[in-house]
Amino acid sequence: MLNFIARRVVNMIFLLIIVSFVGFWIIQLPPGSILDTQIQRLRAQGGNLPESLIQALRTRYGVDDPFYVQYWKWISRSLQGDFGTSFETDQTVAERIYNRLGISVSLSLTALLFTWLVSIPIGVYSATHRYSWPDYIITFVQFLGLSIPGFLLALILLITASRLWDQPIGGLFSPQYADAPWSVAKLMDFLGHVWIAIVVLAVGATAGLTRVMRANLLDVLNMQYIQTARAKGLQEATVIWKHAVRNAIHPLVMSLGTLLPALIVGETLIAIILSLPTIGPLYLDALRSQDMYLAGTILVMLSALLLIGNLIADLLLAWVDPRVRLE
Amino acid sequence: MATAAGELPRAARGKKQEDVGQIPQWKLMVRRFRQSKLSVAALFVLGVMYLFMILGDFIAPYQHDVLDSNNPFAPPTQIVWGPDGPGIYGLKQELDQEKFQWVYTIDTSTIYPIRFFVQGYEYRFLGFVPSKLHLFGVEAPPDVNARIFLWGADKEGRDLFSRVLKGSQVSLTLGFFGVFLFVIIGSIVGTASGYFGGVLDNLIQRIIELIRSFPDLPLYMALAAALPLNVSITVRYFLITVVIAVIGWTGLAREVRGKVLAFRGADYTAAAIAAGAGHWHVITHHLIPNAMSHIVVVAMLAIPGSIGLETALSFLGLGILPPAVSWGILLRDAQTVQAVVTYPWLLIPVILLIITVLSFNLLGDGVRDAVDPYA
Repeated sequence: MLNFIARRVVNMIFLLIIVSFVGFWIIQLPPGSILDTQIQRLRAQGGNLPESLIQALRTRYGVDDPFYVQYWKWISRSLQGDFGTSFETDQTVAERIYNRLGISVSLSLTALLFTWLVSIPIGVYSATHRYSWPDYIITFVQFLGLSIPGFLLALILLITASRLWDQPIGGLFSPQYADAPWSVAKLMDFLGHVWIAIVVLAVGATAGLTRVMRANLLDVLNMQYIQTARAKGLQEATVIWKHAVRNAIHPLVMSLGTLLPALIVGETLIAIILSLPTIGPLYLDALRSQDMYLAGTILVMLSALLLIGNLIADLLLAWVDPRVRLE
Repeated sequence: MATAAGELPRAARGKKQEDVGQIPQWKLMVRRFRQSKLSVAALFVLGVMYLFMILGDFIAPYQHDVLDSNNPFAPPTQIVWGPDGPGIYGLKQELDQEKFQWVYTIDTSTIYPIRFFVQGYEYRFLGFVPSKLHLFGVEAPPDVNARIFLWGADKEGRDLFSRVLKGSQVSLTLGFFGVFLFVIIGSIVGTASGYFGGVLDNLIQRIIELIRSFPDLPLYMALAAALPLNVSITVRYFLITVVIAVIGWTGLAREVRGKVLAFRGADYTAAAIAAGAGHWHVITHHLIPNAMSHIVVVAMLAIPGSIGLETALSFLGLGILPPAVSWGILLRDAQTVQAVVTYPWLLIPVILLIITVLSFNLLGDGVRDAVDPYA
């Protein structure tokens, strides 16, 4: 097992190095940088910028350096936890990212938990009651859930909520609580806002996973060991949950790796509509304004999350299914 | 994974299975496909949508990009029955001083008739035949504000119906071509990887692993942001297609590789090689035809995702850019609750998008069942 983990970790680190290189290369592809915009804005505001100042700015941000020098500067600093200064504001990249990444990760983890808690029981029910009316209804709702874009669901929920309570409920807090210290009232307000985000984030993945769970469980239920388990007089619940589900759950464990980063950024549109202060909108802004250190850092961080997620999924899988370890 | 409609009672299937083996495989496929009613319905819906798309300029009463300051956010026009057939009333525009919105009152004094097969703006039918003929239009003097907005107007007074039709020419095709392109790339690379193996296989697998180490949407966004902005609409369209294909092929290549590996070890392949068949012959006569059904299914199921992706990129301002229209561009107007509550018709493109994606999903499900008609 230790050997297995070590091999996976080394592989991951190697991959991450290449990913950071390629990711940075893609981010710096568009010609020009945010510095050009910056200089133009300064010029528009107040007359002439001396050529020497521009030159000083260019050297400071290193925009004239060849690509590999830029990459080296960026990656060597990143490893020391200094991701550089965002061009757009004078905050450091680290500051801008951590604020939002925290919210993103906790929202996504909650959504993931929600996904699992809903899709496993429903998938199991749907498989064990195949071709019954509830199963047909579940199947139809699944297709609907897969086909409705998350941001539309966000809009519908927002409209319904604003009609019901007669107040807009985007964001994570009502205006009066936004800067207030934490209290019971603020917590209630927060919960009142956050459930929409969690439900909307989770719907697509829940529909997909329920479908997968159903299909897998149906396959497993045809196996002979299930027949054996029933034949020896086990309770149906034990047969289903201990023998069948445990063997059908692999893809759900596997999905952990891809789902987490997908949830974190995949829902940029939702975050825009719900005006959530998450990492997605920040990434979009950084891309649009060619703030390359910020965008590059986010892209590589998300890739790292994806790889770590995959690693955790592999380890979990090895724990759930001993056969994997022997590969 | 059969849909509700895809599962027939055993007896009904048993009866039909007598002539299996006597009729061509494609007939079996068609028969199996027709058994799943939902998929047939989806095919019909998509057929209608693509027909509207092809005839878009003929059906659209107005040009999609003509601004009209008399009609910002004009509601969908009410159609009434006049003395000579259907017609519409004129609109009066007023500014609501409190809410600062345009409000429209219907001027019921005159009915302006709707005429069919009228002359309108000039366009090229099917892209090359110049024509001015339009399916319908309103006959009204130029100084009267009587325009027909079947689905209302947007903030610049542009007819949403015409814009949706124009947008469908991008949204319904771009995802399609994107998938087409990545199916070609994925099939070639996957076949090469599985058939030749060795160093080539290893290299290709590492590249795929690298691409897959990036989260999907952020990578699409980064690539789309790297595209040049000052190019023509056609070039931009093509570039977005390429972006979709460049990342999308990896999944298919892996699956094709798996299939090819299996078929390569099969007896008939060994027999063909023993009989002196070259690589090319083995690949085109034994491997590709066998993997084809699998490729088709993967492609069908990839189309809705690809369409959604284009919409998302355009919505984020990274895909198709105005003045070109796609459904994603139209959705930008519907992103605030305020706008949607006040002008609900702005959601029509969203509904069409959902219907399209749902139909493609159902169609793909039916095709998956149909390509394996012996099951």
